[in-house]
Amino acid sequence: MDKIQGIITYINGPVIKAKNMEMFKMREMVTVGEKRLIGEIISIDGDIGTVQVYEETTGLKIGEKINSTGKPLSVKLGPGIIGNIFDGIQRPLNFIYEKSGGFISEGIGLASIDLTKKWDVVVLVKEGDIAKEGSLFATVQETPLITHKLMIPPGISGKIIYAAKNGTYDLEEVLLKVDDGKTVHDIKMYQEWPVRTPRPVKKRMPIEKPLITGQRVIDTFFPVAKGGTAAIPGGFGTGKTMTQHQLAKWSDADIIEYIGCGERGNEMTEVLEDFPKLIDPNSNLPLMNRTILIANTSNMPVAAREASIYTGITIAEYFRDMGYNVAIMADSTSRWAEALREISGRLEEMPAEEGYPAYLPSRLAEFYERAGYVTTLGNDEASVTIIGAVSPAGGDFSEPVTQNTKRFVGAFLGLDKKLAYARHYPAINWLSSYSGYLASLNSWYKDNVSEDFMNLRGQMLKVLQEESKLLEIVKLVGEDVLPDEQRLILEIAKLIKIGYLQQNAYHKDDTYVPLNKQYRMLRVIKLFYDHANETIKKGIPISKVKSSQLYNDILKMKYSIPNNYKNEFDDFENQISAYFDSLIEAYEG
Amino acid sequence: MNIIKEYMQLDKIEGPLIVLSGVDNASYDEIVEIKTNSGIKHGKVVQLHNDKAIVQVFETTSGMSVRDVSVRFTGSPLEINLSKDILGRVFNGIGEPIDDGGEIFGGVKMDVNGRPMNPVARRYPRNFIQTGISAIDGLTTLIRGQKLPIFSGNGLPHNQIAAQIVRQAKISEEEGQDFAVVFAAMGVKHDDAHYFLKAFEESGVLERVVMFLNLADDPVVERIITPRCALTAAEYLAFNHNMHILVIMTDITSYCEALREISSSREEVPGRKGYPGYLYSDLASLYERAGMMEDSSGSITQIPILTMPNDDITHPIPDLTGYITEGQIVLSREIFQRNIYPPINILPSLSRLMKDGIGEGYTRDDHPAVSSQVFSSYSRVQEVIALSQVIGEDELSDIDKKYLEFGRAFEEKFLKQDFDENRSIDETLELAWDILSILPKSELDRIDSKTIDAHYRG
Ligand SMILES: Nc1ncnc2c1ncn2[C@@H]1O[C@H](COP(=O)(O)OP(=O)(O)OP(=O)(O)O)[C@@H](O)[C@H]1O
Ligand SMILES: [Mg+2]
Repeated sequence: MDKIQGIITYINGPVIKAKNMEMFKMREMVTVGEKRLIGEIISIDGDIGTVQVYEETTGLKIGEKINSTGKPLSVKLGPGIIGNIFDGIQRPLNFIYEKSGGFISEGIGLASIDLTKKWDVVVLVKEGDIAKEGSLFATVQETPLITHKLMIPPGISGKIIYAAKNGTYDLEEVLLKVDDGKTVHDIKMYQEWPVRTPRPVKKRMPIEKPLITGQRVIDTFFPVAKGGTAAIPGGFGTGKTMTQHQLAKWSDADIIEYIGCGERGNEMTEVLEDFPKLIDPNSNLPLMNRTILIANTSNMPVAAREASIYTGITIAEYFRDMGYNVAIMADSTSRWAEALREISGRLEEMPAEEGYPAYLPSRLAEFYERAGYVTTLGNDEASVTIIGAVSPAGGDFSEPVTQNTKRFVGAFLGLDKKLAYARHYPAINWLSSYSGYLASLNSWYKDNVSEDFMNLRGQMLKVLQEESKLLEIVKLVGEDVLPDEQRLILEIAKLIKIGYLQQNAYHKDDTYVPLNKQYRMLRVIKLFYDHANETIKKGIPISKVKSSQLYNDILKMKYSIPNNYKNEFDDFENQISAYFDSLIEAYEG
Repeated sequence: MNIIKEYMQLDKIEGPLIVLSGVDNASYDEIVEIKTNSGIKHGKVVQLHNDKAIVQVFETTSGMSVRDVSVRFTGSPLEINLSKDILGRVFNGIGEPIDDGGEIFGGVKMDVNGRPMNPVARRYPRNFIQTGISAIDGLTTLIRGQKLPIFSGNGLPHNQIAAQIVRQAKISEEEGQDFAVVFAAMGVKHDDAHYFLKAFEESGVLERVVMFLNLADDPVVERIITPRCALTAAEYLAFNHNMHILVIMTDITSYCEALREISSSREEVPGRKGYPGYLYSDLASLYERAGMMEDSSGSITQIPILTMPNDDITHPIPDLTGYITEGQIVLSREIFQRNIYPPINILPSLSRLMKDGIGEGYTRDDHPAVSSQVFSSYSRVQEVIALSQVIGEDELSDIDKKYLEFGRAFEEKFLKQDFDENRSIDETLELAWDILSILPKSELDRIDSKTIDAHYRG
């Protein structure tokens, strides 16, 4: 077998060029040089090929060789992914740790899930059955929470001519032989899939269900949908990572995948230390049992940062294909865009806006398009939800990555520097954020929370909008000159802002609030508002309304009424009504 | 057998770059030695194309000619020699001793570029470092293993604050655990370097300080190496010798300017304000070298100092720094002009790691709520000030007047302190309660009633 090798002629950081490359394929994975660094071919021009290298190129020399692997950049999909942490090209960081110690060195070679690990397999088919692509043939209990469903890989269908018995197998053992009439396919516990190609589904379905996050400002005001997309833009320190961690902890997806793309090492360590201790409210098992981590931190090679997004989304699609609702947190998509820019710059491509390549919008669109609510090849309903953090330069949302992301996402949760400075958390700005999913989720909220939930939401948002107009006036003349009805709006807005929108991620109960409590809290605020309005209309001064202990009780009901409340809200509502009744009585009487 | 080839001619000299051809066997990133009439210079390979090598020279290229040179490729990246003897020593920006202590012998050679720390090998930082400065300890708490920069401006007292931290900080609290300070100066004035030297001397830590000095009149390109030498020394002491290391790096702005200069002489596509598109990744390769690791009880805490051009926090240097570091301490010219030291504007300041290092069992149980309340109330003060400038202070409502009073007390009693005033965390939190008690109880919406009852004055 004569192996064709490329010969390196040019080295510039993560971008290298080689000659003798005409037999290589575009997007093929290659090994580079004596250290066998991992790379991917990103262009071929005559016999010159350009390779982006996923490891440090320090020490590489002109004349060293490039070897083909014969396949595109791919991931191995099988048991062993959940609870694990991988780098941008799916190499387990624990494996790298064992090989190279605390600091990551180059030339470690390719690795992915552990193929020698044995799993208990329950086989669900027998010889003679017909296997269709995407259909379930066996299960493995991957974690106490997640049953890994082994599926016939896309593109393969036929008659099963061999099926293994229930038992313990490693990932390389053949579990099934499928004869499609021409070829006999060996099916193992894992499949391989090229990361830049979306995995097929049967059909896309309309979006109808919210991703419940337990975060009031999101669930109530700007809901994210299962199968939908959301962006969280914000300057440094405004709370993107915190918000994403909160969603990773508490949202009601079956599987969470957290992609640390060009961000801090300590943030990944934090997840690794905390998640095994945190208990999922639905299953009472540690959250790590449903979490997958991809980490390509800011100081790791920039090309692998570019790949990490695709590695992540492909793994998510694979679990979706099993019928799971998967949610991806990508922190931060801006670092991914910058990786594109850096590689593009080294290729001397013509830059478009702010040095980003002209294909930035199409890459962003392709990524967010891989989210969706679908019917899988195996006929399950499942979804991939994408929530991407965006880190605008200078905190200015008019920059290209924020603007282009805005075009392709359904919900926009804009973080506000001023709110963050005042430690109003989450610092999601209620005036500039939006969710495009309100209409499609309306009936879900009606059926599952309450008939009037969306209505209440609208009224409360209106109070906030009016407040912002009034504040413009207050800035010029002070609050005292406003009539009492308008001052009441300011007071109610304060109740909403402090009592409802502010949510302390570090408080043991407030960190996650179920929808029915969110609804009852809103109702209390509304009830107070209605009564107060009526009182003021009767000429009772606003000071009477504001000075009541009830006002402060509402501010603190998020802490004082437990998440599994019983009569507390009923009692509280009665108390409010009674107070105002007696106030009016005293005044009129 | 290794024959070391010498190249006697250059194709071109352009700014800090030289180009040679006919080169074989050169490797990317390796160090070259350039003999010139005026002595030996060093550089590193930044691009290779067929037989051509582009080398970035650390020292100045002025006076160099394309002939009278001899270039030798060393075959390895830039390494410095390290042993515990570096404590108390002074090096230049590329790690060569410049005091009269001679070479470092018998140590280990380490690549100054370092390698990324594996996230699974990190230990999450959780230990509070008391600096004795109320604004920092109370509101932007420093944690051991954190990277917490000072965002300053020209003429603001960032050096004093850093010196005060060095003098007062309890970097290591365990008995017998060693600590040291690593100091990296990039493009700073002689005066400033001297100031630090004196400050280290006065606080009696001089023999525990390792200095790497690239001063304002030293070669610009050398500046790229200086923090890397310093951080390599820090890693060596922290992880090979289990010491707690505080790294002060100043001025990151000069560092970034050097990077911009090299980038533009390489004709790279510029990003914002002419800084290279990889400025984020480059800065990350410095800042991410802070932290703690499994298998070692040492730590690296970084306090980088940068001067914001035009005091503009959205300028790429503070902006990208803030996106990488674990918070920032922001100085304000306006507060400085009112004669308040330290002139820290707490609102844009932040310590991201304080959440896990304060409260019960760490500092005091009321700490998280108190700090949150001070931030919230002080931000309200700013609104009231703006309003009072429009309608006049007399027209303010009673509660707004209370906020003004609170704001003044905050700055005069809590924020302001002497350069040699060292406050314990208890003193700091008690001061916070003193000033919060100016506001009526009902305004303290971030603190639960039990805590209020326990601490509220009056
Ligand atoms: N919901 C919240 N509850 C309490 N604190 C919060 C919340 N959100 C943010 N914070 C505070 O804000 C700090 C900064 O948040 P975070 O690290 O998420 O910012 P970021 O937007 O990801 O910044 P960067 O872009 O630099 O990564 C946190 O360390 C925490 O102190
Ligand atoms: Mg973040």
